[in-house]
Amino acid sequence: MLILTCPCCGVSAEETEFHCGGEAHLKRFGPDSSDSDFETYLFQRQNPRGVHFERWRHVNGCGKWFHAARCTQTLEIFGTYPAQTTEPPQALRDRIAEKRPGWTQESVS
Amino acid sequence: MSTRLAKGGRLIDRSKRLDFTFNGKQFSGQAGDTLASALLANNQTLLGRSFKYHRPRGLIASGSEEPNALVGLGAGGSFEPNQRATTQELFSGLSAQSQNHWPSLDFDIGAVNARVSQFFPAGFYYKTFQWPRAFWKHLYEPIIRQSAGLGRAPTARDADRYEHFYAFTDVLVIGGGIAGLTAARAAADSGAEVLVLEQSADWGGRAPVDGGQIGDLEAEAHCAALVADLAARPNVRMRNRMMGAGVYDHGYVLGYERLSDHAPGTPGPRHRLWRIRAAQIITATGAIERPISFAGNDVPGVMLASAIRDYVVNWAVSPGDRTLVVTNNDDAYRSALTLHSAGLAVPAILDARPGGGGALAAQARAAGIRVETGRGIARVLGGKRVTAVAICAQAGEGAVLETIPCDAVAMSGGWSPVVHLWSHCGGKLTWDEAQAMFRPDADRAATGADGLPFVIAAGAADGEFGLAALVANAHQAGLQAAERCGHSARSGRAQPLPEIVDLPEAPIEPVWMMPQGAGSGLRAKAFLDYQNDVKVSDVQLAAQEGFESVEHAKRYTTLGMATDQGKLSNINGLAVLAGSLNAPIPAVGTTTFRPPYTPISMGAIAGEARGDLFQPLRRTPMHDWHQANGAQWEPVGHWRRPYCYPQDGESHAEAVAREITQVRGGVGLLDASTLGKIVVKGPDAGRFLDMLYTNMMSSLKPGKCRYGLMCSENGFLIDDGVVARWDDDTFLCHTTTGGAERIHAHMEEWLQTEWWDWQVYTANVTEHYAQIAVVGPKAREVIESLGAEGMESQTFPFMAWADREVAGIKARIYRISFSGELSYEIAVPASQGQALWDRLLEAGAPLGMMPYGTEALHVMRAEKGFIMIGDETDGTVIPQDLGLDWAISKKKTDYLGKRAQARSHMTDPNRWKLVGLETLDGSVLPEGAYALGAGVNANGQAVTIGRVTSTYHSPTLGRGIAMGLVLNGPDRQGEVIEFGQLDGGRVSARIVDPVFFDKDGEKQNV
Amino acid sequence: MSELLTPLLGKSYDGLVQVAELPRRGMITLRGDISTATMRNVTTGLTGTAMPGRGRVELAGDGMLAWMSPDELLLVLPADRVPRALERIAKDLASAHHLALDVSDARAMIRVSGADAAVRDTLAKLAPVDFSAKAFPAGSFRRSRLAQVPAAFWCAGAGDFGLICFRSVAEYAFSALSNAADPAGTVGHYA
Repeated sequence: MLILTCPCCGVSAEETEFHCGGEAHLKRFGPDSSDSDFETYLFQRQNPRGVHFERWRHVNGCGKWFHAARCTQTLEIFGTYPAQTTEPPQALRDRIAEKRPGWTQESVS
Repeated sequence: MSTRLAKGGRLIDRSKRLDFTFNGKQFSGQAGDTLASALLANNQTLLGRSFKYHRPRGLIASGSEEPNALVGLGAGGSFEPNQRATTQELFSGLSAQSQNHWPSLDFDIGAVNARVSQFFPAGFYYKTFQWPRAFWKHLYEPIIRQSAGLGRAPTARDADRYEHFYAFTDVLVIGGGIAGLTAARAAADSGAEVLVLEQSADWGGRAPVDGGQIGDLEAEAHCAALVADLAARPNVRMRNRMMGAGVYDHGYVLGYERLSDHAPGTPGPRHRLWRIRAAQIITATGAIERPISFAGNDVPGVMLASAIRDYVVNWAVSPGDRTLVVTNNDDAYRSALTLHSAGLAVPAILDARPGGGGALAAQARAAGIRVETGRGIARVLGGKRVTAVAICAQAGEGAVLETIPCDAVAMSGGWSPVVHLWSHCGGKLTWDEAQAMFRPDADRAATGADGLPFVIAAGAADGEFGLAALVANAHQAGLQAAERCGHSARSGRAQPLPEIVDLPEAPIEPVWMMPQGAGSGLRAKAFLDYQNDVKVSDVQLAAQEGFESVEHAKRYTTLGMATDQGKLSNINGLAVLAGSLNAPIPAVGTTTFRPPYTPISMGAIAGEARGDLFQPLRRTPMHDWHQANGAQWEPVGHWRRPYCYPQDGESHAEAVAREITQVRGGVGLLDASTLGKIVVKGPDAGRFLDMLYTNMMSSLKPGKCRYGLMCSENGFLIDDGVVARWDDDTFLCHTTTGGAERIHAHMEEWLQTEWWDWQVYTANVTEHYAQIAVVGPKAREVIESLGAEGMESQTFPFMAWADREVAGIKARIYRISFSGELSYEIAVPASQGQALWDRLLEAGAPLGMMPYGTEALHVMRAEKGFIMIGDETDGTVIPQDLGLDWAISKKKTDYLGKRAQARSHMTDPNRWKLVGLETLDGSVLPEGAYALGAGVNANGQAVTIGRVTSTYHSPTLGRGIAMGLVLNGPDRQGEVIEFGQLDGGRVSARIVDPVFFDKDGEKQNV
Repeated sequence: MSELLTPLLGKSYDGLVQVAELPRRGMITLRGDISTATMRNVTTGLTGTAMPGRGRVELAGDGMLAWMSPDELLLVLPADRVPRALERIAKDLASAHHLALDVSDARAMIRVSGADAAVRDTLAKLAPVDFSAKAFPAGSFRRSRLAQVPAAFWCAGAGDFGLICFRSVAEYAFSALSNAADPAGTVGHYA
């Protein structure tokens, strides 16, 4: 059972306080979008063996959504960051690249 | 025979006698006994029958690895099957029953299976009961189930209490033997917070039995000193009778504390499940001795050499008068010497190693014990008890050289570190060729949230067996664990290790089959897995039949799949598999070690969550009144809502009909407090609600209400409700009962993760309010009599809200209706809900006002053709399917679900759409019934063209009414279609308008 | 005005520790930018407390001010002062986007008190929170769960803890706490 640190309230807590919301940094496609863009937005998801950016909500806590970078293989948490962003912070990406040589964000998306 | 010795027994108190029963027979033991030691002291060596062949079985081990001595304990609400006699502390009045025997333990009919065991090889069931398929369910399975199985399931409700406990520590030490205690002290010296768990009642583990000198002290005294030292420290917590059951991700550990299994009747919880988070975990879980595979190694009296030593030293029980020792390593000599010094006969030590043993062997010889090297056991003689052993050359095929009478056999095939907890979370193993065992690979430990290792194995669990090396290893583990949590040894008060001198030992020589060249007859009597009756020959057959992967061979033979999870059989089994495959042992590998280490009780897992605390029940502010007034409850989510209020002798249907008639003809009141209430406020609130609802909310005027639909981004309808605009910036969104948390979360999700620059705040205020609906033609009369002014339609029309005092209570009144009647929903603070309810009842009494429940609510809304989320919707229904196009804005460029509703499948003209349904005979359509079309589909099933979504008897109309989704339904008004019934019959219904009653809505507008 | 009913009607239970519903007090949920001086002034003025930091609560007499989330505070004050307090907030924060609501009846407020270690042991049976004195000293405020329902806990001082949960599950919370405080359920972990 994971431990996550909520970047919004600073609490480190076990998974039962959180709710996972799937892949992070999806771009919403609305009414004028093409079928293919909309399909990708609604249904296509990453399923990497390794680094994954995902959304979590501190549901039994401060109630805030945040993002986590997590290794799906080892369950290592590289970091968490607020949800109000369209991409992971550079410092976090650097940290991941250091821990997972050869990894780039593009290599999973 | 096995008996209590006159002297010794470090754990027993001879002054305290404890009486107990086994299979109804009276026995007595001593305080400090386990059930196993007490039975053995009473010469009760036959303890059960094996799973498959019903062979007689006795004790093999002295601890949690015991595969045979499983008993049912207690009776009634305290009965528990499959308890290990070796880990059950004796108490006065204990009652145990043996398992898996019929009709009695001594005479068992199923034992005939043993005589025909050549017909029950590996995969027997898979191969035999394949065909014909129908026989499996009705013939094979019942017979197999009756003859197999271990304990029986309890039938009475568990009478005990259980609870959980969340604990946090820097260092968790699992195992209170000498390694665990040493590691704990090293970690504590460094300043770390330490929690130590020991599964048994006693600290010290094997060290007090195995002996040795540590500095100035004997091992036992040294352990006692360590315990005293640790217990006195503020940063160390120690719990005995608590097993580390499993190690999980990110340093999570389950601890299984057995508080009163040794003293039933003690008040308080029986088991406590500890949910521990540790920064570092030290597994000081010791090692388990391996049996040797020789023919008859399961005859009662054949035991692990270390267990025999334990029984003598700990409980002063002799497992036999004449105990033959068979070994491939030096450790078993300790057992021979222990027996010898207790005055018991050791007719011989058979050492399979041609070169024999080291210093301990010399001691045995000096004591006058006969030692035979290069020898092994050809077969054990005896049925329910060992009578003799036929010895042979280990290198040969089992030609009998001599038969030695004895009544017990002490066997040692070497030691396997207990690597379960090390492995649970991904810690890897390495094969140690010299010691013939898998041991933890420190370079490949389980890693935690930070990607760094969080498990350290210590002592024998790390593969160190010499006392000096073991203690040094454990000390190092403690220092390392503390350092990894930021506590440096330098800053602490690390103590030097005492001096320890070990006796030189000769190396182990692996023996995977005894004798080495044993033929099929012997191999078929050499047991690997005692509990599941898996023999050497079964594993060899599996390999021969192509089950080469250890995981496949395990499942095919069931090796290691019993309740002991192969603690004794794993290594021997995979060595046999490796031998059969001509592969090195590490290439075959182990099966996966999974938690829990030994089974834990269901009660401990449930903890407090049983009875009233099984799940939270949500109560409205008027809950107690409903209860006191005979409400029949209906669960709606976690809420409890009154379904109806039956009066004397009324059926539920009668009560519902009465409630509806009263509301339609007079006035009734409903506890509507469970409806979700979410406040949405901010400069962008209107814009936000326009995105959430399918219709336009931003154009709503303050003081007014509007019904709205909410869809997911998938286009499907997820909630509906009335939105009231409180002021320019503020809206109140009503959600469905049970929908408040979900919809509030939905709002927050979009606000926080997509439109975070919009200025909107939300708050779920559902529980702050009691909301009471006063409904019916005379509703206005009631609330006006309580002082609410200006309630007539000219000043307070349908779909408006207003603040008024009702019965002196400040209230917000919403004129909205879910029944089609004149209706006022009155919201007051929850603390005043009951007061308002009481005053309304008083005021309405002259008008015959009565409360009504959810069923009347449902019937009335169906009479009006109003949809219900969860009835008309099921997660695949879009508003357009329900004829709700009027509630979908054509002006808005976007709302959640709009794009999805434009997908081709959603715009398909051939969708199932909402209609009303009336049976031709006036009966009520079955719930969920399918409308049947012409012909059959590709699977030969009737073609379906629709289904019933809501169906009720309408007392207002005196007939059955229903709503349903039907293919092209709205275009087929007047058509009669057929619905299937559960009994295979069909019922005809006419497609009609879904509004059955007051089609023009005149009643709610009065 | 009729008597105002609290969710637990003032119930209490004495076991290892005392579990008791606190008398009814006013509660205001306030969302907004909580970092501004205006926000600090109006909230601390109303509760009579200092401004709590992240994960903290400030208490003074009948007043309490708790940090709920980066944009939410919970004000606790005498119930009869709530209407005036809301007016004051509306006035002082008129130019700032915010949401202030009376939630006095939305929640149950329960006190768990007794020997400090026993209180911590009792709460640790139900919440996945490190209640050690080191991790959870006086003034700590933590939203988490109590068995199966959301709850917020705070430590007012040695042996004096408070918690709030939603009104509808007050019975559940009270029963779970009483069950955990069973006199025979001593743990002795935080002792």
